[in-house]
Amino acid sequence: VEWSGECLRSCRREVQIKVEEKEDETEESSSEEEEEVEDKLPRRESLRPKRKRTRDVINEDDPEPEPEDEETRKAREKERRRRLKRGAEAKKFVSENEGALGKGKGKRWFAFKMMMAKKWAKFLRDFENFKAACVPWENKIKAIESQFGSSVASYFLFLRWMYGVNMVLFILTFSLIMLPEYLWGLPYGSLPRKTVPRAEEASAANFGVLYDFNGLAQYSVLFYGYYDNKRTIGWMNFRLPLSYFLVGIMCIGYSFLVVLKAMTKNIGDDGGGDDNTFNFSWKVFTSWDYLIGNPETADNKFNSITMNFKEAITEEKAAQVEENVHLIRFLRFLANFFVFLTLGGSGYLIFWAVKRSQEFAQQDPDTLGWWEKNEMNMVMSLLGMFCPTLFDLFAELEDYHPLIALKWLLGRIFALLLGNLYVFILALMDEINNKIEEEKLVKANITLWEANMIKAYNASFSENSTGPPFFVHPADVPRGPCWETMVGQEFVRLTVSDVLTTYVTILIGDFLRACFVRFCNYCWCWDLEYGYPSYTEFDISGNVLALIFNQGMIWMGSFFAPSLPGINILRLHTSMYFQCWAVMCCNVPEARVFKASRSNNFYLGMLLLILFLSTMPVLYMIVSLPPSFDCGPFSGKNRMFEVIGETLEHDFPSWMAKILRQLSNPGLVIAVILVMVLAIYYLNATAKGQKAANLDLKKKMKMQALENKMRNKKMAAARAAAAAGRQ
Amino acid sequence: GQQANSLHTRAAGSVSGLHIFHKEGDHEDLAPQLVPLDYTTCPDVKVPYELIGSMPELKDNPFRQRIAQVFSEDGDGHMTLDNFLDMFSVMSEMAPRDLKAYYAFKIYDFNNDDYICAWDLEQTVTKLTRGELSAEEVSLVCEKVLDEADGDHDGRLSLEDFQNMILRAPDFLSTFHIRI
Repeated sequence: VEWSGECLRSCRREVQIKVEEKEDETEESSSEEEEEVEDKLPRRESLRPKRKRTRDVINEDDPEPEPEDEETRKAREKERRRRLKRGAEAKKFVSENEGALGKGKGKRWFAFKMMMAKKWAKFLRDFENFKAACVPWENKIKAIESQFGSSVASYFLFLRWMYGVNMVLFILTFSLIMLPEYLWGLPYGSLPRKTVPRAEEASAANFGVLYDFNGLAQYSVLFYGYYDNKRTIGWMNFRLPLSYFLVGIMCIGYSFLVVLKAMTKNIGDDGGGDDNTFNFSWKVFTSWDYLIGNPETADNKFNSITMNFKEAITEEKAAQVEENVHLIRFLRFLANFFVFLTLGGSGYLIFWAVKRSQEFAQQDPDTLGWWEKNEMNMVMSLLGMFCPTLFDLFAELEDYHPLIALKWLLGRIFALLLGNLYVFILALMDEINNKIEEEKLVKANITLWEANMIKAYNASFSENSTGPPFFVHPADVPRGPCWETMVGQEFVRLTVSDVLTTYVTILIGDFLRACFVRFCNYCWCWDLEYGYPSYTEFDISGNVLALIFNQGMIWMGSFFAPSLPGINILRLHTSMYFQCWAVMCCNVPEARVFKASRSNNFYLGMLLLILFLSTMPVLYMIVSLPPSFDCGPFSGKNRMFEVIGETLEHDFPSWMAKILRQLSNPGLVIAVILVMVLAIYYLNATAKGQKAANLDLKKKMKMQALENKMRNKKMAAARAAAAAGRQ
Repeated sequence: GQQANSLHTRAAGSVSGLHIFHKEGDHEDLAPQLVPLDYTTCPDVKVPYELIGSMPELKDNPFRQRIAQVFSEDGDGHMTLDNFLDMFSVMSEMAPRDLKAYYAFKIYDFNNDDYICAWDLEQTVTKLTRGELSAEEVSLVCEKVLDEADGDHDGRLSLEDFQNMILRAPDFLSTFHIRI
């Protein structure tokens, strides 16, 4: 379809005509309609009364009609029949659309319909504008985009998208888990699991203890252990354990859906990005970023485009110089070896730190300094900060093209953070197993304690009936170690320390450095702004990876600490403002501007992978570990998912339970799994086939284009030769 | 489908576009003495090119003159409200690829002959690099572009050649975009 300004304008006019009411007050409209109808009919003077209208003027100089014979009479009959038919069709059309013409019975209804349609269109437009205005931080992102280009802005767009996802998770956990327990559950101090133990009471409200999420913070709705395992609570009979379980599963399901949806939306935009056929053409027509609105960035962009062209030209001109292949291979092998060493070293360091933190946990908390208490989190954060710079250093040995080097760097940082995360989880599993063992001992102790209590209770009755009633304060009841709360606490502490490390890094690394460069430049030997250290550039990949991994931790920990999405919301909110300020104030646009478009699906792919890897440990823990016996909504059950079976028995009619029991028949389950596997295999095969067909067609198009080019060249040459020959 | 799309992009761009035309938030009005607040009588107001070219969204763009010329009524760079809205609709995020490709072709066609010839390419490359490439380098680039994209080998790019090439570019949508 050829687009033109006229087309745009005519579209607008069309809509105007459709939407505005027709102000037809005269007979003109109907007669116009009739005229139009008449235009379709052949003009036979002999059958029509002569009406003098401008369009119908018949030239009086026309020759007389010829005398009729058999043939012409037959033809005339046919014509008349055809005309009558067309007349009937036209009449039907007119009667159906009477209302539109402002005539006849349908007029008022049609006018009403048109008015409603106009109002509806206006409402939709206003709603669209409202939705667009509601999108937060649009101006901030636009400012950053115009100064730094689209790749830096893509990080903030990603941050905003994450904020939306976390908002949904927060709403789910807050409204369906935390709020019901707070409103309708038993208050603090009524049950052993809801009270700070007597031993810890004295220090329960200290800031140091609260900062560690112990004390009062631990025995609150923030963590798993506070929740009661009663099947229903409150006057609405809200089924809390069921809700807890379902919300946990729903959060995971929703996250998968949203990430997959974002990925599939981006796949369409990619469309064969590795093509080299249009290298120069794309450089000429798509390298200018129209979003740029800042002279300094524009300067940088011009320079980078010029550089780009010069490089491409030298690549094009220069012959393939055989570099020393062996030296390069050896250097690359060396670099990879160093990277491996670094990854192994960091993994071991974390494992050692976790073991040490377990030892510290055995000791008296007052003897430990701040470093010992936070050692593990600090180690993980510091590793995440310094190892990427090491990787950058090793990459110098490799001498790759910058885009490829960037991919390698991203891959290595990803491996580092993943390794750290999994070592952390392994250490955590160790800890959990220890706590489960401990629980058995505590259970044995409690039976003894209970026996003592019963004896004392009976004794108090028989001795003195006027004595104080026998009452055991919940704070005095011996407590089992609650491994779920411990897991939740670990993740919350990790998140908090991560946030602090990031902010401190930005303050020191970016802000103080910028201040130093700016103010000490006046009294320094060399130019600080252009030489070393100069201002920092915004590290997009590092920041995006940090965001992705933090989200992975949220996904892992939110089942055991329902408050985690809420904490993350706060964090993302402040991050947005803080990093926007830091970027505009302390960073400079990158000297070499890379486009963000291709990386978008790369980051989403990593997010999907992290989501998958984070939910696996959680699902494992839900399915195979027994819940603690005295804390949390699943206490007393053998496995956490038994709450579903319980709900089915109690809350659903018995015939439904019977049906579902039949459905869980292993034979049926195996058949369903088989069908799913076959479906996956079939879809995979189809997708592969279609991809192959796609490539085939692309190849054909290329061949066709080449052939055309060759043919046209030959023809042009032949033409030129002919022209020269003629001369 | 495409008509609906164009209307949709116009609807989306229209209110913000009007907003800019009348009053630019923190910035001064674009042309307060020229633009009336009441449009019901549809007066024919034209904002001169100098004002358009100094808008913050366009002032650093090397192709701003061509953009104004392409979207203006008479090709001279002076735009009415309709032209203004058309421009921002096409350059917005939601305009369809084909529409953007069509207008990109018109922008890069400096001599308005419906073909991007070698001279147009030279102009484009010179504007992109601010004259930092030597004449030999510029002509090499133009040659390569014609080599790659000219399908019917007539020494210039027709709309078809251009569309065929640009619609496969991965960065086209993200760079040919002005946010308001």
